[in-house]
Amino acid sequence: MNRAYELMFIVRPDMVEEDLDKLISTLETAVSSTGGTVKSVERMGKRRLAYTVRRFHDGVYVLLTAEGGGGLIHELERRLRVTEPVLKFLTVRIDEEQKRLDKIKKIRDARKKAPPAPAATAEGGETAAVTA
Amino acid sequence: MAEETRATTSGESTPAPSEGPSHGHRPAPRGPRPGGPGGPREGGRKYFRRKKVCKFCVEKIESINYKDVRLLAQFVAESGKIVPRRLTGVCTPHQRRLSSAIKQARNIALLPFAGRAN
Repeated sequence: MNRAYELMFIVRPDMVEEDLDKLISTLETAVSSTGGTVKSVERMGKRRLAYTVRRFHDGVYVLLTAEGGGGLIHELERRLRVTEPVLKFLTVRIDEEQKRLDKIKKIRDARKKAPPAPAATAEGGETAAVTA
Repeated sequence: MAEETRATTSGESTPAPSEGPSHGHRPAPRGPRPGGPGGPREGGRKYFRRKKVCKFCVEKIESINYKDVRLLAQFVAESGKIVPRRLTGVCTPHQRRLSSAIKQARNIALLPFAGRAN
């Protein structure tokens, strides 16, 4: 069961850099111990929040992509929930969306090579009508 | 009325239905009206409305991601509400993805739930 997930979380802006490093490394070890792999960790930096969360107007956004089963997410979310400086988190499954995008891209590439066929593809019905 | 707008967005060559002035005084949010001028302008008496097109279909934007705040913000009114399809012209499949993306973005504090209250 291998699924790709994207986990975005916000930590409070006054958190020390080292603490954030520590938090990320504990999350990484949690991922590997539950049989998953960390694909990437991206720090998106400090951003203004759209609304106040626990009286904070800013937050440090971190984006973590990982692969693994559902138990992995269960563990990660539990950890984030008990970690006090984490303001918010959101997990999104991304593999199915990626699959869909790849499929569309494939169809589009095939169409580019071959002479444009007026066949309406899935979800392309709208575009087909426009180009027709 | 909804039927009529659907007919125009589906790309058929039917002219925009003249729905009368009901559209005219609608409080238009800063939703995207792709392209140039629309509505009665430049001194013309006649009611001329551009055919609305789905931005995602035209520009071939496939991925509607919650992280792309700049894209999503075009479809969110000043008050924080999602702008309805009949005003933006977004097609149904794309509006479905768009609304879920906006809701995800709200959840992670990238977009407001309501207005600029603070």
